[in-house]
Amino acid sequence: MRKTIFAILLGFSGAGFAGGGMLQNECSTCHNITGPAAQTLKEAFEKKGPDLFYAGNKYRQEWLVSWLQKPQRIRPAGMYYGNHIKAGAKGDEVDVSTLNEHVALSKADATSVAAELMRLKPHDDLTAKEKIGAGAISKQMGEMAFNKFLGCMACHLIEPEYGGLSGPEVYTAAKRLQPEYMASYIRSPQAWDPKSWMPNKHLSDINIQKMVNYLKVLSEETENAK
Amino acid sequence: MRNRLLLPVLLATCCIQVQAKETPADNYKAYCVQCHGGDGKGGGVNIRDIAVVPRDHTDVKSMSGRSDETLFKAIKEGGASIDKSILMPPWDATLSDEEIKDMVQYLRVLCKCNFGS
Ligand code: HEC
Ligand code: HEC
Ligand code: HEC
Repeated sequence: MRKTIFAILLGFSGAGFAGGGMLQNECSTCHNITGPAAQTLKEAFEKKGPDLFYAGNKYRQEWLVSWLQKPQRIRPAGMYYGNHIKAGAKGDEVDVSTLNEHVALSKADATSVAAELMRLKPHDDLTAKEKIGAGAISKQMGEMAFNKFLGCMACHLIEPEYGGLSGPEVYTAAKRLQPEYMASYIRSPQAWDPKSWMPNKHLSDINIQKMVNYLKVLSEETENAK
Repeated sequence: MRNRLLLPVLLATCCIQVQAKETPADNYKAYCVQCHGGDGKGGGVNIRDIAVVPRDHTDVKSMSGRSDETLFKAIKEGGASIDKSILMPPWDATLSDEEIKDMVQYLRVLCKCNFGS
């Protein structure tokens, strides 16, 4: 009985949108949609896109729907960053000519693929451990911690033209990501991706909260400044 | 019964993978190049807005002033552990002690130097 309903639902979405199978057939050529995460550097260097197998633990659904229709660069140096740098006068520079545009989807496809992605939740165990308080932090105090005390800015842009380039920009992070995911990734990047280029900086619970709240303020300000 | 047979097999696959040792060259390419640069001279892609310039790992003068133990500590516990910048991160959650030891020897190859030489 259950099986019949499931088959009907699948058939229905397949007929209504191109969604049925798109994730498996197209997106999986660059994205890992089944897990596990890369266990060796060889695999990690060869990744053609971020892992999506825990998408339901990571993204905000409404962001997925809009980004998939109008994708914009998130990682200034692509993946793996070392494949997209060239030697410049003052050191390594991003070679933008080696970065590609992301495929854009129709609204219907974006909506159905996003819904499918949100069902991928193998890491409820990790996100359930994070409780995000409503603590307020000013942008200035947050930036001071992110930059000077914790050294996060070395790898992350906090403005379109300010910060490091090997990690994803963070001035849009809170718009893209669930707060529990941000907290959990900051607590232990290796719990999500054993070969992550991000080090575990051993933040205290208080600092993890501070950073998540700072990223929230930062994304809101970036949005308002537009 | 079936489970009992399966468990050791699963354990074996999990732990062999976790412990597989990477080469120091690959670890350097993955984790250090982002700040210390493709040539190890401290000009990584991240340095534009960084407050403290990452160490030039090919510089004999500064690298020979460090014992292997100090380099090990700096890599494992981060710059702050040897009173240097917090911008140099701790890699204890990323690299095993053995991989860090290999990395120290790799740095000796990059600088073509030893402690005190
Ligand atoms: C040619 C390879 C390629 C294909 C095919 C591809 N992607 Fe991507 N995708 C990427 C890369 C590379 C990025 C990272 C972009 C960036 O950071 O700027 C990315 C980023 C994303 C992100 C943001 C992830 C994050 O954590 O930042 C999502 C969501 C995504 N892709 C979904 C999809 C979906 C859904 C499909 C199928 C319709 C798809 N992608 C097809 C390469 C690809
Ligand atoms: C050595 C570089 C480096 C440092 C230092 C660093 N990160 Fe990261 N960070 C990364 C990389 C690389 C990723 C994600 C890799 C990916 O998904 O492609 C990441 C991911 C993240 C994410 C998830 C973002 C997303 O879009 O998926 C957050 C949030 C984050 N870092 C916060 C921090 C905070 C807070 C600190 C300081 C305590 C910090 N990072 C320090 C490199 C770094
Ligand atoms: C986020 C940027 C960043 C990354 C990534 C990074 N470093 Fe550093 N490193 C620095 C900075 C900045 C310094 C200089 C600290 C100072 O002079 O106060 C430094 C200094 C060092 C030193 C010299 C310590 C001393 O004073 O003798 C060693 C050794 C070192 N790094 C090794 C590594 C290794 C090995 C890796 C990769 C596993 C690595 N670093 C990754 C930023 C980084």
